[in-house]
Amino acid sequence: MTHEFRTSAGGRIDRSSPVEFTFDGKSYQGFAGDTLASALLANGVHLVGRSYKYHRPRGIVTAGSEEPNALVGIAREKGQNTPNLRAPQVEIYQGLNAESQNRFPSLSFDIGAVNDLLSPLFVAGFYYKTFMWPRSFWQRVYEPFIRSAAGLGKAPTDPDKDRYANYYAHCDVLVIGSGPAGLAAANAAAQSGARVILCDEQAELGGSLLHDATSMIDGKSAADWASETIKALSENDRVTLLPRTTGFGYYAQNFVALAERVTDHLANPDQSLPRERLWQVRAKEVVIATGAIERPLVFPENDRPGVMMAEAGRIYLNRYGAMAGKRVVIATACDTAYRTAVDLKAAGVDVAVIADLRPEPVGVHVDAARSAGIRVEGACVVTGTKGRLRVKSARLGRIRPDGSVTVMGEEACDSLLMSGGWTPNVSLYSQSRGKVVWDEEAGAYLPGPSVQHERSAGSCHGVYGLHAVLEDGYRAGESAARAVSSAAKRPETPSVSGGEAGAGGTLGALPHDRDPSRVRAFIDFQNDVTAKDVKLAVREGFHSIEHIKRYTTTGMATDQGRLSNMNALSVASKSLEKPIPQVGLTTFRQPYTPVTFGTFATTARGEAFDPVRRTPMHDWAVEKGAEFEDVSLWKRAWYFPRPGESMHEAVARECATVRESVGIFDASTLGKIEVVGPDAAEFLNRVYTNPFLKLGVGRLRYGIMLSEAGFIMDDGVVGRIAEDRFHVTTTTGGAPRVLAHLEDYLQTEWPDLNVWLTSTTEQWAVIAVQGPRARDVIAPLVEGIDLSTESMPHMSVREGRICGVPTRLFRMSFTGEAGYEINVPASRGREVWDAVWKNVEAAGGAPYGTETMHVLRAEKGYIIVGQETDGTVVPNDVGMDWAVGKKKADFIGIRSLTRPDIVAAGRKQLVGVLTKDPKVILEEGAQITAEASPALKTPALGHVTSSYYSSALGRSMALAMIADGRDRIGDTIYVPTAEGVVVVEIVSPVFYDAEGGKLVA
Amino acid sequence: MPEKSVYSANADLAPIIATSRVRVAEAAPLIRFSLRGGEAAASHAGTAVGVSLPLEPLTSIATDKVAAFWLGPDEWNLVIQDDDARAMFERVETALADTPHSLVDVSDRNRALIISGRKAAWLLNSQVFLDFDEASFPVGMVTRTLFGKAEIMLWRQAEDTFVIEAWRSFMPYVIELLQEASRELEAA
Amino acid sequence: MLLISCPYCGVERPEIEFRHAGEAHIARPAEPSKLTDEEWAEYLYMRTNPKGLMAERWRHTHGCGRFFNAIRDTVSDKFVTVYKMGEAKPDLDQLLVEAAQ
Repeated sequence: MTHEFRTSAGGRIDRSSPVEFTFDGKSYQGFAGDTLASALLANGVHLVGRSYKYHRPRGIVTAGSEEPNALVGIAREKGQNTPNLRAPQVEIYQGLNAESQNRFPSLSFDIGAVNDLLSPLFVAGFYYKTFMWPRSFWQRVYEPFIRSAAGLGKAPTDPDKDRYANYYAHCDVLVIGSGPAGLAAANAAAQSGARVILCDEQAELGGSLLHDATSMIDGKSAADWASETIKALSENDRVTLLPRTTGFGYYAQNFVALAERVTDHLANPDQSLPRERLWQVRAKEVVIATGAIERPLVFPENDRPGVMMAEAGRIYLNRYGAMAGKRVVIATACDTAYRTAVDLKAAGVDVAVIADLRPEPVGVHVDAARSAGIRVEGACVVTGTKGRLRVKSARLGRIRPDGSVTVMGEEACDSLLMSGGWTPNVSLYSQSRGKVVWDEEAGAYLPGPSVQHERSAGSCHGVYGLHAVLEDGYRAGESAARAVSSAAKRPETPSVSGGEAGAGGTLGALPHDRDPSRVRAFIDFQNDVTAKDVKLAVREGFHSIEHIKRYTTTGMATDQGRLSNMNALSVASKSLEKPIPQVGLTTFRQPYTPVTFGTFATTARGEAFDPVRRTPMHDWAVEKGAEFEDVSLWKRAWYFPRPGESMHEAVARECATVRESVGIFDASTLGKIEVVGPDAAEFLNRVYTNPFLKLGVGRLRYGIMLSEAGFIMDDGVVGRIAEDRFHVTTTTGGAPRVLAHLEDYLQTEWPDLNVWLTSTTEQWAVIAVQGPRARDVIAPLVEGIDLSTESMPHMSVREGRICGVPTRLFRMSFTGEAGYEINVPASRGREVWDAVWKNVEAAGGAPYGTETMHVLRAEKGYIIVGQETDGTVVPNDVGMDWAVGKKKADFIGIRSLTRPDIVAAGRKQLVGVLTKDPKVILEEGAQITAEASPALKTPALGHVTSSYYSSALGRSMALAMIADGRDRIGDTIYVPTAEGVVVVEIVSPVFYDAEGGKLVA
Repeated sequence: MPEKSVYSANADLAPIIATSRVRVAEAAPLIRFSLRGGEAAASHAGTAVGVSLPLEPLTSIATDKVAAFWLGPDEWNLVIQDDDARAMFERVETALADTPHSLVDVSDRNRALIISGRKAAWLLNSQVFLDFDEASFPVGMVTRTLFGKAEIMLWRQAEDTFVIEAWRSFMPYVIELLQEASRELEAA
Repeated sequence: MLLISCPYCGVERPEIEFRHAGEAHIARPAEPSKLTDEEWAEYLYMRTNPKGLMAERWRHTHGCGRFFNAIRDTVSDKFVTVYKMGEAKPDLDQLLVEAAQ
């Protein structure tokens, strides 16, 4: 059967390069330049899929991305299947492995086809009507059934191994579509000196010029003229040509997204190439030249394999040398189908008849067919087809003047080519937010006024005929170039012979003489929507086209109804007895055709999804076997297990080491802001609850920052480095938010203050050394600072050197032990860390991670913003009224602290809780109740905010926020859990060294 | 490198990308000061570092020892090749003693990459949405912007040479994505 | 992706360089403690939320870092004008007239 339907010569395929591929496991041969669809047709294969609902056998209908039936899955590797590719867009390569979809067990025998026999049940809205009750059936019966029965194609099962690229591009003029209008527009814009991007979804630029075998442009064949024009464009370095690139999304302000398929057409793609590239284009001007789409005719059994669009038949013939059949019936309401007939006849195909709906077809196209000896029947309609897996004959009828139809007989054929006329492809115009306008004369919706800087050119705005389309393209290219530069020029429109516009066209269901209850005429092939379904929807009260679409699913195919919408609209309009413009048109949305997830994600996946921030000491922690936790974008060392240690054991050991000798901790991720200027102290005094005006140089102060609503938003330690210079620290996760908050007040409320903020988070590496031996450990390394408590007490900062490196040395503690935080320039962090670690190790100390830090601070009752607080907590709630300057007249949030609900009784307050059983560790977030078995819907008293095992206490401990908690200290309360009720006692939140003697030692 | 610049490739490190059409190298360490203040502060600081600070938005002034970048109406990034950061800091502070300002040493906050070659702009456009047409982004232009999800400072030093500065922990992300995008330049 | 003009940089940039910062021209009371609870609640929470032109604060976060004001049409999502912090709010009625022309 090889190439049985191939012409003997011609087309743009390379007959010297045979290509072997498989379809549903069967091997075929095509030629380089074939699409999967053209190669299958050349092998006589029309049956390529089963329909969505009825599992009816379906064949190739179109030669473009609007293809409704020929959807295939392409597998490169196991688990790497790409479903729902449209066969007319799939270029074949050696070894291509394509599978049809939606059939079981095989394409020619599909069990699901039983749905077809049950079709009276599967009417419009079937799913809504059937799967409503009983409610309990949803999860166990209906959903699994629908999931297995519905959907086209199989999703891949493995992570996508391919790579996807992104590219941001800018241009003066973006031209979408490279047919005659697009080429002319790009040409005019390029000759005006504009930066041009020309893209086309097809493998080869040129559009309809590539299959126009008869027209001549400037004395050359259309295809030759196209390649010369393209060559000239490619030599212009201000022009970017993008074949295999779909303009799929038109967004605000001429932001247009293109999907370029880089390697899908290659047998063995170079591994360094991305599979696809997302082009994010910002165009000053856009020319939409996306052409028009031929409409199917809606007649009974119009979905039989072998029934195809007439223009598709011409494309396959002229561009690929593939014949739709050997004996062809052409059904049309439009002149353009006559060109197909003439070309087929010239290629030796038997054209049985042209059945034209129009009573008396006339014109150049009709004359050409007649003079080629083709039989033309006017007032003639196809009323049905026969054949199981491929059309065998067409039933013809005569339309009488009153509109009724009489039988004419049957015409044997192995392909039926149809044309209901042309629908301008207004998808991208519609995406640009333009409102289409009904044109009665054209019988079509055309682009209305431009909302963005765009214009349509050629048949996508209703201009037909090669000469007119070229002229329109030049006009559009010139006007686009003129909008960006005064140098616009318009090339002379070339002389054209042939390519005359064709008249005619029809909309909606065709008349027939069959029993309407027994035949189906399909409108939307992909979703199996018939004319009857649309009429039923109208009868059931769906009068808006948007509702009809959703109820029947018409127009919800991968082409968004470019093929089907106008016929559906016409049927609805007749049923509603309203003219088409009153019925409206559904909105076309992005994406134009399906786009892979990979293309949307581009490089934002895996490790590169977000920046992963690591500290200067990260590698050391990795070498020491640390486990890490994510804190905002940072990786922080969580704990340092020794071989064989569990997390619990490691943390207990680290805690004990800090309490008994010394621990070293990487605090580099803390947010840091340098606040500098003559008004620095005044500014800090306004943004913290604490007083800052009198903080001495060299002193530290813990500060709380509130939102204007009075709630704690961040905390940290502030050091006064000089009169006009402060070193502010924030929480790790809060750093960007705090800086934005401070900039906001500085720039917009207090622009008169002479103070500026500079993030220094990454300027400094911060090494915390905590524990009774902290001073001993760092003392030998420090120069120029007296570390004695008299000279450098708790909460002070000094500048000097450590290991020869300049440092800001903070004496402070978040553990309850005496300790230091050593700030050194980040590039020196690791070397200082190594030196300090050597001493820590020699003193029997250990590194500790964030978990130990959390336990140690919880033992001291220190809060963590975001753990004890949740955006509804004021300082008094967490027992920190002491941090609120009582004499201050103003600070951010001050007024809110006296709001009635803030001073009312019953607010949750920070307390400690101890379980009766010291071994039980409560779950963080657990709810707390006053009774052991509260009645349903009893509000909780509060919740557990932090919970750990404390090695210092030798038992579990927890912090909690409990209503009026401080008054309840000593009370017994309850924590209901899945395992039973835990009995706990409310205690003070400070579990360790309540007097703080250890800090000042 | 087509011209002498305050940024030079760190000779101790292997180039990050080395193809015939684009090269990416990490810059050698530099002194960086963030200067904030009014035009008077800019003027005094300029005298101290030896260039007059740019006052036009998104512009720069550079010699082979100093570059001053306009980052905001009261913000400049001063990049200086000098051995003694402390002395340089004091020198600028002294010049600014009577002028309200903020001078902060951020030498270690940033790392810098030098991207050069015919495909430099192409490579950047894999993650940077700016238009690098000479008319839109002329030589000397500098801006803070985004590289993917990382904030960067971007300077066009010469037609085919750009400098990226980013906070140090974001640099591995920037480098990874530059390398990823450059892979297809190796394709036959 | 919208393009937004920054009045300090003098260029248009994609919106992801910017952050929205709420309604503009709501000054923090000079002495919050003198406000009644109702007045304070009004300042904290009450916003106009108009359909049509609205004065908003935006920040060129990933650019010059400046806060500025913008008049945006909440129906069409178009930025009508931008102006620097501290500059007077334009006459919205006048802007509407100009936009209609």
